[in-house]
Amino acid sequence: MAYSEKVIDHYENPRNVGAMDKDAKEVGTGMVGAPACGDVMKLQIKVGDDGVIEDAKFKTYGCGSAIASSSLLTEWVKGKSLDEVQAIKNTDIAEELELPPVKVHCSVLAEDAIKAAIADYQSKQQQ
Amino acid sequence: MTKVKTPIYMDYSATTPADPRVADKMCQYLTPDGIFGNPASSSHSFGWAADDAVKKARSQVADLVNADPREIVWTSGATESDNLAIKGAAHFNVRKGKHIVTMKTEHKAVLDSCRQLEREGYEVTYLDPMDNGLLDIDVFKAALRDDTTLVSIMHVNNEIGVIQDIAAIGEICRDRKITFHVDAAQSAGKVPIDLSTLKVDLMSFSAHKIYGPKGIGALYVRRKPRTRIEAQMHGGGHERGMRSGTLATHQIVGMGEAFEIAKNEMATENDRLLMLRNRLYDGLKDMEEVYVNGDLEQRVAGNLNISFNFVEGESLMMSLKDIAVSSGSACTSASLEPSYVLRALGRNDELAHSSLRFTIGRFTTVEEVDYAIEQTRAAVEKLRELSPLWDMYKEGIDLDSVQWAAH
Ligand SMILES: Cc1ncc(COP(=O)(O)O)c(C=O)c1O
Repeated sequence: MAYSEKVIDHYENPRNVGAMDKDAKEVGTGMVGAPACGDVMKLQIKVGDDGVIEDAKFKTYGCGSAIASSSLLTEWVKGKSLDEVQAIKNTDIAEELELPPVKVHCSVLAEDAIKAAIADYQSKQQQ
Repeated sequence: MTKVKTPIYMDYSATTPADPRVADKMCQYLTPDGIFGNPASSSHSFGWAADDAVKKARSQVADLVNADPREIVWTSGATESDNLAIKGAAHFNVRKGKHIVTMKTEHKAVLDSCRQLEREGYEVTYLDPMDNGLLDIDVFKAALRDDTTLVSIMHVNNEIGVIQDIAAIGEICRDRKITFHVDAAQSAGKVPIDLSTLKVDLMSFSAHKIYGPKGIGALYVRRKPRTRIEAQMHGGGHERGMRSGTLATHQIVGMGEAFEIAKNEMATENDRLLMLRNRLYDGLKDMEEVYVNGDLEQRVAGNLNISFNFVEGESLMMSLKDIAVSSGSACTSASLEPSYVLRALGRNDELAHSSLRFTIGRFTTVEEVDYAIEQTRAAVEKLRELSPLWDMYKEGIDLDSVQWAAH
C-alpha cells in the first residue's frame, strides 16, 4: 500500500517520542488499543497551571499510520488548552495524513488516546 | 553501508522471476517465425511442432517428480490444480462418501475449495498443526472416517516453509483407499519428490514459484492405481478430458524448462540457500525476543519466518522499504486479523502481528543477506524505541496480565 508523504515523514521522523512520569500530578496518560489487534498507543500530556498543555509525548506499537497519527497529535496538542484539544476529531487527523479508509481506525485510536490522557489528568486533579 | 542494488527481492514464496534461460525459451514459441501453432492442430506441421514441444515439457515436468508424462495435466496454476483435484475427486467419489480431511494451514486455494464443497453438502475436517506447524500423524489418523474420500495436505507451507511428512500420510491413505491430494506449489524443485514411491494420487504444481512463468501449472493424476476426477472445465476435451482449453505452448515450454533446470540444480542450489538462510538467521537471532515460526529443521532452505516481539510487522516492512518481504500482520484488513497460519500454530496474536517472512532464492546474494540483516536490526531497534510494549516488557510487566481496551 502506498503511504502519503505526510505519513512517511512522521514515520521516519516521529515527533515527541518518549515518556513522562505517569505518577506526576501534572501528567495525564492515555493508553489505548491492544497488542492482539496490532496497535497500542500511549499518549502523555503535561498540563501547566493555566490549563495549557506544555508538553506531549507518545509511544506507539502499530503500523505506520498509527505511528504517524500519534506523532501528529502530539504536535497539535502542545500549547493548546484542554478544551481546544477535546475538539480535535479523528477525521481531522485522517484528513491531514490522507489516511485511506482501511487506516482510519488509526486516527480513531489517536483521538481515544488523547481523550483518555485528558481524563486521567482530570481525575488526578480531583484527588 | 554495504553496496547492493536496491530494492532487494526477498519474497520468493510469493513469486519468482523467470530464469532468463526460461524466458529465452518461451520467446521461441510466440512469433510468426517461432513455433506458434496450436498443439491440437493435428493436420499440419505447425501443430505437430507445437505438440512436440508440449510433449517434451510434459516429460520435463514428470521427470522432476519421477512420474509418467501421461500423468501430467496442464492447468493455469496451482490454484486451478487445487480446485480441480479437490472438487474433481470429491465429486467423482460422492457415492462412496462426503467427508474430506485437510489442515487449517493450507493455502486458500485448498481451503476455499473445501468451503465450496461444504456448501454443496460435504463435511470437512480442518486439522490443527502442532506448534511447529507439522501435522501430528496420530491426530490425522483419528480424523479419518469410513466415509472419508479425500485428504488434502500441502507438502511445503507457503508462509512458514515447513515440510509435511507426505510419505507417512500417503501410506495411511492408501491403506484406507482414500484419495490423497498434495499441494506441492512450494515444494517442487525445492524438496526431492519421487512419485514412484510416494503414495500420492493427486499433486498440484505451479511454474512461477520455481523460476517459470506465471499463469501455468499442472496437476499430477496417478494412473496406477488409477485416480479418477471429474472435470471442472468443459470444452474440447483436451488433457484426456480432464481440463479443456487450448494449450498455452509458450507457458508450457517455460514450465518444462524451469522444472528441468530445477532438477539439475536443486541439490547445489539448496546448499547455497541453506547457507544464506543460516547466515540471515545467525545475523538476527541474538536480538532479544526473536522467535522463528515453524520448525527450523523440517523446512525448505529458502524460508525464514520470524517474529520480532513488541514490533508490529507492517511498520517493520515500512522501515525495510528497500527490501521486499511479507508480513503475517494484516493491519489493512477490516478484521485486523493476523495470519491464519501463524494463529493455527498457536502463536499469540502479538507474535503473529510481529512476523516477517523472508524468502530467498536463486538470485539472492550474500551481500543482499548482509544488507537485510543490517536494515532489519536497525528497524527493529528503532521501532522498539517507539513501542510502549517494549517499555512494559523492560519494566517486567506481563502483557497478558494487562486489561487492554480492545477496539
Ligand atoms: C501452497 C500454494 N498453493 C497454491 C498457490 C497458488 O498458485 P498459483 O499462483 O499458481 O495459482 C500458491 C501460491 O500462491 C501456494 O503457495
